[in-house]
Amino acid sequence: MSKIKCAIIGPGNIGTDLLYKLMRSDVLEPVWMVGVDPTSAGLARARDLGLKTTDQGVDGMIDHVIADGVQIAFDATSAYVHAENSRKLNALGVLMIDLTPAAIGPLCVPPVNLAGLVGRQVMNVNMVTCAGQATIPMVNAVSSVQKVDYAEIIATVASLSIGPGTRKNIDEFTRTTSGAVEKVGGASKGKAIVVVNPADPPLMMRDTVYCETAEEPDREAITASVHKMIAEVQKYVPGYRLKNGPTFDGRKVAIFLEVEGLGDFLPKYAGNLDIMTASAARAAEMFAQEILAGTLELKPVPAEEAA
Amino acid sequence: MATLESTVRGKRVKLHDMSLRDGMHSMRHQIPLAKMVEIASGLDAAGVPLIQVTHGDGLGGSSLNYGRGLHTDEEYLRAVVPAVKNATISVLHVPGIGTLDELRMAADCGVGCVHVATHCTEADVSEQHIGLGRELGLDTVGFLMMAHMTTVEKLVEQALLMESYGAQTVYCVDSAGYMLPDDVTARVSAIRGVLKPETEIGFHGHHNLGMGCANSIAAIASGATRIDGSVAGFGAGAGNTPLEVFAAVLERMGVETGIDVFALMDVAEDSVLPMMAKPPRADRDALTLGYAGVYSTFLYPAKDCERKYGVPARDILIELGRKRMIGGQEDMIEDTALTMARERGLLGSDSKGVEETTPA
Repeated sequence: MSKIKCAIIGPGNIGTDLLYKLMRSDVLEPVWMVGVDPTSAGLARARDLGLKTTDQGVDGMIDHVIADGVQIAFDATSAYVHAENSRKLNALGVLMIDLTPAAIGPLCVPPVNLAGLVGRQVMNVNMVTCAGQATIPMVNAVSSVQKVDYAEIIATVASLSIGPGTRKNIDEFTRTTSGAVEKVGGASKGKAIVVVNPADPPLMMRDTVYCETAEEPDREAITASVHKMIAEVQKYVPGYRLKNGPTFDGRKVAIFLEVEGLGDFLPKYAGNLDIMTASAARAAEMFAQEILAGTLELKPVPAEEAA
Repeated sequence: MATLESTVRGKRVKLHDMSLRDGMHSMRHQIPLAKMVEIASGLDAAGVPLIQVTHGDGLGGSSLNYGRGLHTDEEYLRAVVPAVKNATISVLHVPGIGTLDELRMAADCGVGCVHVATHCTEADVSEQHIGLGRELGLDTVGFLMMAHMTTVEKLVEQALLMESYGAQTVYCVDSAGYMLPDDVTARVSAIRGVLKPETEIGFHGHHNLGMGCANSIAAIASGATRIDGSVAGFGAGAGNTPLEVFAAVLERMGVETGIDVFALMDVAEDSVLPMMAKPPRADRDALTLGYAGVYSTFLYPAKDCERKYGVPARDILIELGRKRMIGGQEDMIEDTALTMARERGLLGSDSKGVEETTPA
């Protein structure tokens, strides 16, 4: 079976971990790794694995996109350069999967809304944040049973797993996540809290989700819905686990999660990075299956229409 | 040989009251507006130069995780700021909990100072917030929490980072009330030794081992010029350094604070004490915080979990310390209590753990 060819922009930890996941895919084939630093270890690694590489950014790949049949690109750089990368590649009919907090395109949390996005002919989807990928499925599991007035998520990540970009822009991280708790999770109001823990050995990513339901919570239905959603996420993040709960206290529902990474390239404690790359790969696979089945045709986005 | 007193005599120190922020923990964030205005006015009249007002976990702290405030931060600030004549009102701001918009709101309410707080090894998440504090013209402080959890060398690096982002004062914060005077001396003097002369050094203590005053004196002797305390010791854990006690000690030692000690005693006795269900005290759980180096704010939620799940708060706190949990991780208190209760066979069917039922 033929595969959809992909490019990864950003050969850092995320891009490299993603590369390992794409190489296992039945429907995706990574062919390009794009960087900006000729001495990058990530570019060298990708080259050794048989990918074409450039250290000239997206411009270094742009003339080869059509000839090499690239149809999907993942951006694991930063919000500042994403818009430009997206514009250039969308113009050539390449679908962008955005792992930065730029959020130009619709927010995507695969088990919640990916199926809906595939039918909308979008050319750019944003993968929210790691905290969003870990918690929004649970908010949705509750809000699909009954109305959630307020949802709050607390994400704790190991200090070693959070890079300088996120640290410098922690406000964007919390705001993007709380916005997505509302828009994708389905809570009327959302709040996100992030804690960076430096323990050594590093702690595994922990996430807590509190939902306040409008009416008395239906304990059985919520518990069943939470377990069903856990199983959905486990399909692409096997280390996604319910540690405790759901517990019920008045209208408050509490769900305690742990995310262990696969350890593809990043250590297992970095479940936060694993769930980002796994979600991005999952989203791309769903689009790829539609392209291969002929139900989705990617169309170039003229520059003047691009975001 | 130089005595402590000869080292500190004649120094000038700014005391910063925490009762309306750290004390919010003792009141589960439920201080009525009128009471807050009354206490702030009393502190102002007693000559306390800086008074912190926010949810116990800072701007944006009102949440299911940390407890909801009786009023919003904005309601408290709009009431208190106009009520004080000389004091500067400050806020606590923890990146990851509070957002930049909330800091802008506080500035709009007329606060003059912000403590931007991070865990002692994570100063680099404070760059945006310290930057905004300066941009808004606030007296901007970098606040390195749980400072006992790292080495002196690492703490110094982090202090330098905060200074490089624009912090005009950097604090060594003993959030767990774990430090002994020598720990304070080592940290404060090392930080004092490398920061610019115009950057001030502060110390924030907790009284879990009863060392609040002694540690604060050690800090002043090592070069700190700002000390946090709380009138009537009103704060998380066994409370903060009791401010009226500390002001009296400083007066005896010849340190200038500009505070009227008798007036401050009266605020403690007449305004704060009548509000408190139980005066802060190093009971076995609060003492455990100081003994084991656990975040002081974990005290009340751990006591709640003891009632709910039958696991002693002291056991929960020790386990949280063992797992190296830090400020902000209040969600892990119930999680830990649930896990311990299940292991001890205390859990009813209602909140049964799920590991048994999750497919492998």
